[in-house]
Amino acid sequence: MLPQRLKNFVRHEPTTALLALVFIIALLAGQVLGVTAPTTLLARAAIFAMAALSLSFILGQGGMVSLGHAAPMGLGAYVTLSLSMLGFKDLFLVMACAFVAGATFSALTGLIALRTRGVYFIMITLAFAQMAYYAMSSLSVFGGTDGIALPVRSTLFGWPLLRADSATALLAVLMLGVMFWGLSRVTRSRFGMALRASHLNEARFTALGFEPLPYRLLAYSFAGGLSALAGVLLANLTDYIAPSFLDWHRSGELIVMVVLGGVARPAGAILGAFALIYLESLLGGLTQYWNLALGLILLAIVLLRGRFEGATRITP
Amino acid sequence: MRTKYLLGISCVALMAAATASVKADPVRIGLMATLSGPASVLGIQVRNGFMLGVKELGGKLGGQPTTITIVDDQFKPDVAVARVKDLLQRDHVDIVTGIVFSNILMAVEKPVLAAGKLLISANAGPSPLAGAACSPLYFSTSFQNDTVHMAMADYANAEGIKKVVLIMPNYQAGKDAAAGFKHDFKGKIVDEIYTPLGQMDFSSELTKVASEKPDAIYTFMPGGMGVALVKQYHQSALVGKVKLLSGDTVDETSLPGIQDAALGTISASHWAPNMDNPQNKIFVASYEKAYGAPPSFYAAQGYDAAKLIDGALRKTGGKVNIEALRKAMDGVPFKSVRGAFKFNNNGFPIENFYQVSIIKRPDGKFVTQAGAKVMDMAKDIYAGACKLPPR
Amino acid sequence: MDFALLAVQILNGLDLGFILFLVASGLTLVFGVMDFINLAHGVQYMLGAYFAAALIAWSGSFWLGLVLGAAASLAMGLVLEWTVFRHLARAGHLEQVLATFALILIFTDGVSMIFGAGALSINLPASLAQSVPLTHGFSYPLWRLIIIAAGLGVALLLWALIAKTRLGMLVRAGSTHPQTVQALGVDIDRLFLMVFAFGAMLAGFAGTMAGALTGVEPTMGDSVLILAFVVIVVGGVGSVRGALIAALLIGLVDTLGRAFATDIMGLFLSRSSAASAGPALASMLIYVLMALVLAVRPSGLFASGD
Repeated sequence: MLPQRLKNFVRHEPTTALLALVFIIALLAGQVLGVTAPTTLLARAAIFAMAALSLSFILGQGGMVSLGHAAPMGLGAYVTLSLSMLGFKDLFLVMACAFVAGATFSALTGLIALRTRGVYFIMITLAFAQMAYYAMSSLSVFGGTDGIALPVRSTLFGWPLLRADSATALLAVLMLGVMFWGLSRVTRSRFGMALRASHLNEARFTALGFEPLPYRLLAYSFAGGLSALAGVLLANLTDYIAPSFLDWHRSGELIVMVVLGGVARPAGAILGAFALIYLESLLGGLTQYWNLALGLILLAIVLLRGRFEGATRITP
Repeated sequence: MRTKYLLGISCVALMAAATASVKADPVRIGLMATLSGPASVLGIQVRNGFMLGVKELGGKLGGQPTTITIVDDQFKPDVAVARVKDLLQRDHVDIVTGIVFSNILMAVEKPVLAAGKLLISANAGPSPLAGAACSPLYFSTSFQNDTVHMAMADYANAEGIKKVVLIMPNYQAGKDAAAGFKHDFKGKIVDEIYTPLGQMDFSSELTKVASEKPDAIYTFMPGGMGVALVKQYHQSALVGKVKLLSGDTVDETSLPGIQDAALGTISASHWAPNMDNPQNKIFVASYEKAYGAPPSFYAAQGYDAAKLIDGALRKTGGKVNIEALRKAMDGVPFKSVRGAFKFNNNGFPIENFYQVSIIKRPDGKFVTQAGAKVMDMAKDIYAGACKLPPR
Repeated sequence: MDFALLAVQILNGLDLGFILFLVASGLTLVFGVMDFINLAHGVQYMLGAYFAAALIAWSGSFWLGLVLGAAASLAMGLVLEWTVFRHLARAGHLEQVLATFALILIFTDGVSMIFGAGALSINLPASLAQSVPLTHGFSYPLWRLIIIAAGLGVALLLWALIAKTRLGMLVRAGSTHPQTVQALGVDIDRLFLMVFAFGAMLAGFAGTMAGALTGVEPTMGDSVLILAFVVIVVGGVGSVRGALIAALLIGLVDTLGRAFATDIMGLFLSRSSAASAGPALASMLIYVLMALVLAVRPSGLFASGD
């Protein structure tokens, strides 16, 4: 029964429901006022939702709070750029290479980072992301600190699918849907349970004869690969690639998206990403001090949520 | 002061909203600048200057109902592209203006020009857009990045300075600055030091300079970086031994932070508050009245951008036709606050550059003061690579 | 390489190190004692500098403004603890991250609303804004020497407080065995309030000291915050001794890296590529250092409980 499920949903996740409601009202109000949401913004929101969703997977299921998740995303963009510079622009090829690059980066750094826990993990992931950031800033072939324009967007079997931003938006929403479905399956699978167990009670997990590292490393590098896919789309949407793609501010934004939507709910990351991207665009048009407004909204959400729902007990 | 500004905005918006229902087609302008983060002080000046120009015209550019949407690029290229597409797709703007930083301009020029809209830079002046990648739809009310630094090199030559150390932020405009200075400088560059963008502690660099014993430092450090460098130079033992020459570093955006330490520094500029022409006197006075601080050249460029759009609209009789507007702009349909002003074939200005010193006014505020002319109606060195006909 | 040049660069490194120590010591205590991730610590650094700049201008006296500024930072710490942080003390780490991130946005924008986005100046008295000769050929800014002295002084003070007083004993105990301390009847909320406000004052003091060198800007706390986190993680969360050693290490590595990276790169690369890659790679050094330390010692150099 749909109404019953809706009721349950509202009862169990009031903030999700509230945010979703605000979002729907804002969209409707926009339609009425004649401010239609531009397709580029939709594409951008869906792309960040992809990255946030992949972060939410390792954060929510594995307790891995990475403050470097923008690094694989940015690397995906730089893979797109370098392949495009070399004349390779097929979307499948670019995506495959980006996934491998993002996953490899995460696997290599994860081998060291996953030895640490808690805030040490947060900071070591930041360290690796900053290294990637400065490495990209030092490469003058990619425009150094300034970044550089993407020579040509990716194509699908030679067909310039991504020429229009609306097509990128469609593709991003599709990929986001597939990712959401896929990650929910993984979460419910044996692997997902093992991952959760490794995080919720590591001592017992180890005592049962499991080794946590392979599970965590696999999840960590898989999420890195997914984040790189978002980077490919972002590069195609922006036509310009700069080191600010891998900046720690960007990684912080991804965490904010995940936490804003709620770590415990699977759709939280998507909700948080859409909320943040649309708020940024909306508030920026209303007031010069949009950061102040955004800060007040975020603070209110945290304090209210603490009152209504109790803290989400995911301690890093 | 700020409430006044906000009131101004809402008045413009209200007027626009009120008239929009009567008249069908208002002039739609998007103003993009860096309005948050460490570099926002420059963007805020550009915006203030532009909005002052609009306010002076009663909120109506070219006598037409005007809507102005202001967006923040956050100094991130991908955010800039997202915002500029907001402007193009949501607000349907005909003209995009503002834009403080070169890499932001390089990121947004493609979507704006590909949409066939006019792009008026009120500050950034990257070399690619001056050369082969020039466009008839692009105009600048500022200067090409290199030019001011060439002017400073000319000044250094005239002063008999032989050995110089360059300290530049490690990004395109910093490299353009070094290139511009080296293009004209006849002495020896002892060392080129590049620092990460946003660095605030120059202890290590100044120590290095002290060991290299040049005649002068030449630097280009916009915003807060300039404040930090000049203050630390002033506290170091270099004062009195090594001169500090700079371009776009010591100006009204950084002077409130540098204060007395700025006295005695020499730079070059195409504009200063003391430019002697009637339109500039009005601008400086009304800017100080509106914002409570003396304007910088960033504000002057923003103001000129508003006047350029206004003048062009008056020429077209208020019609928002891109082709007609472009032709009208070619003819410089306004009086610039810097005095003599022409557009080169690449859309960059042909203008004078002056030697600039710092003075402390009786009211305790610090301002730049233009002195001798160093370059007469200077053109940038990239215009030759631009295949467009003269404007 | 010139020995005197190296010596001055080492002084520069110590200078940065002590600034970082002032910021990181409060952060590591708040983290260690209360298990609280406070991203708004950089804001307290920035606010301290603004308080001092405004109060120096208002009082017309540098020293009075400095003292009043530190007092205002302390008061601000108390107010913030009372209005916001207290309500987050028992929330999850991620809630704390989100809320304190929101505070960064609010205060950064709020300050630029009040004081403008441009830099303000903390004017040193002429007697302090000069250089003192060290060796023949090199002199060093007096204010930077004062920063080093102040950093040493605060380090000694903290050592005395933590090692010799009852409060310090509770802080030490609280950072390793918070439950036990609470079970013994100590009002851990009050302890947190004191540690927090004291940390805010130290951060504000650091902001003032650095602000006199660099100018005072709304975003000045951002980069310092990240560096302070690097310091406390390398030093080991909760360890003031670790924070001191890590801060000096980070300060030295960063400064010496910036001083010599381009020259060293020049040995392998062309002059122009070295000039472009050098600064970027120098910025990377402290993160390489942090990754190395954590790879060998996953809980920092001086993990609490060591």
